[in-house]
This record gives sequence, C-alpha cells and structure tokens, in this order.
Amino acid sequence: MKHTISVLVENHAGVLARVAGLFARRGFNIDSLAVGVTDDEKISRITIIADGTDYTLEQIEKQLNKLIDVIKVRHFDSRELLTRELVLIKIACQPSQRAEVIALAEIVKAKISDITVNTMTLELSDSVDKIKNFEELLRPYGIKEVVRTGSIAMQKGGVSMKL
Amino acid sequence: MTVARAMAKALKAEGITTVFGYPGAAICPFYDELYKEGIRHILVRHEVNAGHSASGYARMTGRPAVAVATSGPGATNLITAIATAHMDSIPMVLITGQVSSDMIGRDVFQEADITGAAEPFVKHSYLVKDPEETATVFKNAFYIAGSGRPGPVLIDMPMDIQKAQIEFEYPDSVNIRSYKPNLDGNKLQIKRAAAAIAASERPLICAGGGLFTANAAGLMRELAERANIPVVNTMMGLSSIPASHPLFFGMIGMHGCRAANYAINNCDLLILLGARVGDRAVTAINRLEGATVIHIDVDPAEIGKNLPVTIPVVGDLKRILTQLLQQAENYDHYDWIQRLNGEKASAEKPLQKPKDGCVNPKEFITMLGKSLPDNSVICADVGQNQIWTCANINLENGRLLTSGGMGTMGYSVPAALGAKAAAPEKEVIAICGDGSFQMQFMELATMRQHGIFAKVIVMVNNRLGMVREVQTNAYGDRQTAVALDGSPDLIKLADAYGIPAARVTDISQAQSAIDALLATKESYLIEVVVDENEKTIL
Ligand SMILES: Cc1ncc(C[n+]2csc(CCOP(=O)(O)OP(=O)(O)O)c2C)c(N)n1
Repeated sequence: MKHTISVLVENHAGVLARVAGLFARRGFNIDSLAVGVTDDEKISRITIIADGTDYTLEQIEKQLNKLIDVIKVRHFDSRELLTRELVLIKIACQPSQRAEVIALAEIVKAKISDITVNTMTLELSDSVDKIKNFEELLRPYGIKEVVRTGSIAMQKGGVSMKL
Repeated sequence: MTVARAMAKALKAEGITTVFGYPGAAICPFYDELYKEGIRHILVRHEVNAGHSASGYARMTGRPAVAVATSGPGATNLITAIATAHMDSIPMVLITGQVSSDMIGRDVFQEADITGAAEPFVKHSYLVKDPEETATVFKNAFYIAGSGRPGPVLIDMPMDIQKAQIEFEYPDSVNIRSYKPNLDGNKLQIKRAAAAIAASERPLICAGGGLFTANAAGLMRELAERANIPVVNTMMGLSSIPASHPLFFGMIGMHGCRAANYAINNCDLLILLGARVGDRAVTAINRLEGATVIHIDVDPAEIGKNLPVTIPVVGDLKRILTQLLQQAENYDHYDWIQRLNGEKASAEKPLQKPKDGCVNPKEFITMLGKSLPDNSVICADVGQNQIWTCANINLENGRLLTSGGMGTMGYSVPAALGAKAAAPEKEVIAICGDGSFQMQFMELATMRQHGIFAKVIVMVNNRLGMVREVQTNAYGDRQTAVALDGSPDLIKLADAYGIPAARVTDISQAQSAIDALLATKESYLIEVVVDENEKTIL
C-alpha cells in the first residue's frame, strides 16, 4: 500500500542524505521524495510516498523519529490530504498539431510553458493520477522528455502540521 | 582560545579524564591541547581498538567514553568499532580530524567522508564547519550519546576549524527540539503489565543488555524475586543476575541452553526487559504466538520490530521497573519453576574427556568462573570461545562484556584494556580464540606502555573454530580457509611483550595457571589448548 509521510527536519547539511540512507538500508521503498524549506527557514519539510505494509509504515515512522535532525513525522490518510505534483512534459508537436494540443491542455488546465517549431513543453500541477493520465494523452504525439517533482502533500481543512 | 583548546576543555567539562586514540597530522592541534589539559591519552596500536577500548571503558562507567583518530585512514579504521558500539547501544563520542574545510570534496591527501561513511552506524554525527558551534556540538554529542538508547556519536573536525579562534563557554544545559527521549513510561501500560503478571501462570523475564544501560539489573532481580518469575538472559544481558540464582535459567538463543530456550518457548507471558529480540536470541518466534508479550525498552523502534507485542512500554527501565515493583505481589509459580528445573537437570551431561594434550573448554571456563574474585570483568571475544565463555563462566557478580550484536572478532582484548582503565581495582580478563587473538594482540604493548594490566586467555584450537564447525556441519566437513597454521608460539609472543604466560594442555594444569593469572597485579596470558574438533555446544 502507498503511504504519504510528511517529515519536518532541521534544515542542516546532510539531513536529506540521512533520510535517504535510512530508507535504503532498511529496505523501505520510496516512490517519491520531495523536499523544500518551510515558512520557518530553519525547518525543511520532506514529503515521502512510500510503499509497504502497515508494519513497514510503523517502522519507517519509528526509524525516522530516531534520526536526531528529524523534528516531527506524520503519516496521513490519503483522504485527508491535498496532494500535488508538478510535471514538465516535452512532446514532439508539428505546427499543424498545435491547436489540438492547446485544446487538450485547456481541458486538464495544463500550461504551455515553451514552444519551438516542432516541440511543445507543457506544465501541469495536479494529483499523481491526473498527471499520469495527461502523460498518456500526450504519448501519441511522441514524448521527448518528462520531469516530475515528486508529490507534496498538505492536510485539507484548517489544521496544519507545525512543531 | 582555539577550537582545539575548546575541544579539550569540553572533554574536561564532561568529566573525561581518559581518551583512547591514535594521532595524525589532521588532529594534531587537538592533541597538543589534550596534552596541555592533562587528559590521559592511551595510545592504542590500531584505531579500531581505540573504539573498542572506549566501548569497554563506557560499559564500566555507564557514561560516554572517547576515542580519537586522524582524518582519512585513521577515521575509516574506526568504523568497525563504531558499528560494534552501535549494535550494542554503547555510549561513545568519536573525534576525528578532517582536512581543512575549504579543501573538503577535492580528494586531498587523507580526505575521507567519515560522517558519510559512518552514517549507518552512528546515533548522530557532526561535521563542524562553523567554529562557533564547537561548544554546542560537544555538549549535544555527549548528551545524545549517553541518553535514551545510547550509541556512538561522531564529531568530525576539520584542521582549519581546530585552529580557529573562538570565545568558549560550555553550555550547562541541552535543548535539542528534535530529540527528547521518552523516559517515564505510560502509567496505563505499566498497569496493564502488572495485571498481565498477576494473571500469568508461566511468566518469564528475558533480561537484556538494556538493564545495564539503565542501571536496573538490581530492580529486575527484585521484581523476579517478589513475583517469583524465572529469568533468562540474552547474551548481552548475561551477568545481570547471579548465575546460581534459583530463578535463573541461563542464556537463550541459538547458542543458549536448553532450559532457557524451553522456558521461552513455553511461557505464557514473556517480559522483555531491554532486549531487542535479535534473530540469534529468539530463534523460534512462532513458538511465542500464544504468549502475552510485555516489551519494555527505551527505544520505541525496537518494540514490535521483531516480535508482535501485546503490551509495549517505552521508557527508562529503572523508572518503569520501580513502578512495576510497587504493583507486583508474591505469586506462586511453583509448578512452572519446577518444570524449568526439570529441564535444567535433564540437560546436564557428564563432561567429555578431551583427547590427550587438550583441555575441555567447558571445564576450564567453569573452573575459571569459580576462581574469580568478586566483581571481575570478563570480556568474551567471538567464536566458539565466546559461547564456551558465555555458557560456562557463571558469574555470581561482576560483568560480562562481549560484542553481541555485531559479533566483532578482536573486541575482547581492547575492550578489556578499556574496562581495566576505567576500573583498575577489578580483575579484567579477555578470553578469545587464536584467530581473534591475532587480530588484536598488538594491544599487549598498549597495556604494558600504560600500565593497564588486563589479562588474556587464548583458547587455541589452531582453527577459526566456529567457521570450521559450520563447515563440518553444513559443507561436508570441507575445511576451507580455517586452519591457522603459521601462528606464532603464544608463550614466546607473550614473552616478547614481557608478559608471563602459561600453556595448559591438560586440565590438571589449569588451576595453577588460573591461580598464577589471578595472583599477579600485572598482565598474564594463558594459552588453553583445545581439540580442533571440539563442538560449540558441548
Ligand atoms: C571481524 C570478523 N571477521 C570474521 C568473523 C567471522 N567469524 C566468526 S567466528 C570466527 C572464527 C573465530 O576463530 P577464533 O578466534 O580462533 O575462535 P574460535 O571460534 O576458534 O573459538 C570467524 C572467522 C567475525 N565474526 N568477525
């Protein structure tokens, strides 16, 4: 099962290496990992999507908590979460196909971020499923490159994850 | 003052009087200040032994001990000791020199990313890049190493940082927002544990190494006595209860004794105290399925990791056992204890007579155990010798130290050196095999140089005995790379170090050799000749 884990860490050099190393050596599988600083510049937030049983999840949380630079670990039920990922997709696109692709982009609320004579780069921020779906829609044109950020997640509603 | 000076002052402030180490250019500024501060430095003959000695020292004092090495190869030589300490939760602060901070990452001479390399084996580590952090880093390092579930903490100190000038003031308190070990233990869980004990017919305490960390072995014994609960030990828990105690049934595990394993497989309540249910300790987890399990440990990650637990209690064993004791009563487990006594009696076998020119190691270790003065410290190495020692030394008091989690050959002599440095008044004896002895005998020189007179017993079977046994049992007795031909004459070797020695080739010589070893205030070595085909479990 997929689990979304949010981790607040001290914004120190080497923290990411410690977290990534922990996952590797304990045999936990990471689907994606995204990291960035929070409103407090001394704290970074890591969002990890991990695959595993409930036992694995419990161990991940406990082992993360043992890292001295980890301030807080929370595991969320996907229903209470707002999850987003950003993707950049570069496709082959002849001038004659542009209108069609622009229409597609409009439907899914993607942006046209870059354009050349025979390529187009699209940008979409959405849930993982929608992103995958968008990628499939674009595949027939010939995908040249895909870059994804990994998911970030936040609780819905008025609650927030603070210290 | 310089950071190097501040480092030495920080050690002083932490009450450190002795450090173990091996210098090199990248740590010279600090060494200069060690000398000026009058901190005793014990020059080991290999960095790994600085780490193992610090481990032995820490296990005697219960406080973090210090090992020092230079950058690059000095630092990487420490790694096995760091990993060994990490597995056994030994508090330790390791200080390494590092190349100048502006050179880091360019593969300059003797540069090694030691914080990176040691990461899987440390509780925490610091690479100090801002000289002003020195005091806080040291304060935090000692606190982290010694609190909660103890472990090794590494401080990597670039050369230029050691020479930088700072204002030094040592903090008197620690506040790490992301590190607050939970010590108290949940009251409700403790109540549930007490109720489970009251309801149990066949309770069993499994006492692990955490009892020493928490200084709670006495409380464990009180609980056992008050509620009539039999006790077994993990290897790390050995010596937490006198071997002759009527409630004690020995060591569990792959190399444990029959009564202890019978107890763990047949109890209806297992009370795990500071034990992490290692795979070599609890070999048949499925047999425990019907039993209620109370697991008390300061590290929440150990609870439920290897064994499903009914009643988890996270916290300091001393505090929790104190509360449990208040709620425990005198329960009658006569039948259960009798059953265990029956198992114990039926497992006893007459001693086998060894072949001529050899000694039965079980008999020798038993004899040694009976001859020891109070509060002796036995450091068991790894291999057959370790199991012979653990199973037969039968300590009534004192301590048994061994590398339980990592099974690191070469632990016993440096650990004994460290233990003896911490407790010079105690008898400290390392027991090892002829394989492991040859990984560590350079430390005989350290003992002599610093007047730290631990003693050494080598069980000589001219084999890497435990591996030989695996090959005998599982590889058609094809003995590959286990013969130790070419080994030196140990009596002459000891003599070369100015250490008196005796060779025991028949049990009739054993007592006088043991007496000679115990009589001298200086080091002494006994070589015990053992049949190369001797089994581990006799
Ligand atoms: C550093 C290290 N290397 C290898 C091993 C694997 N190993 C475990 S027991 C053993 C044999 C030990 O031989 P010896 O020290 O002579 O003791 P004996 O088993 O003969 O008593 C070996 C090689 C180990 N535990 N540690």
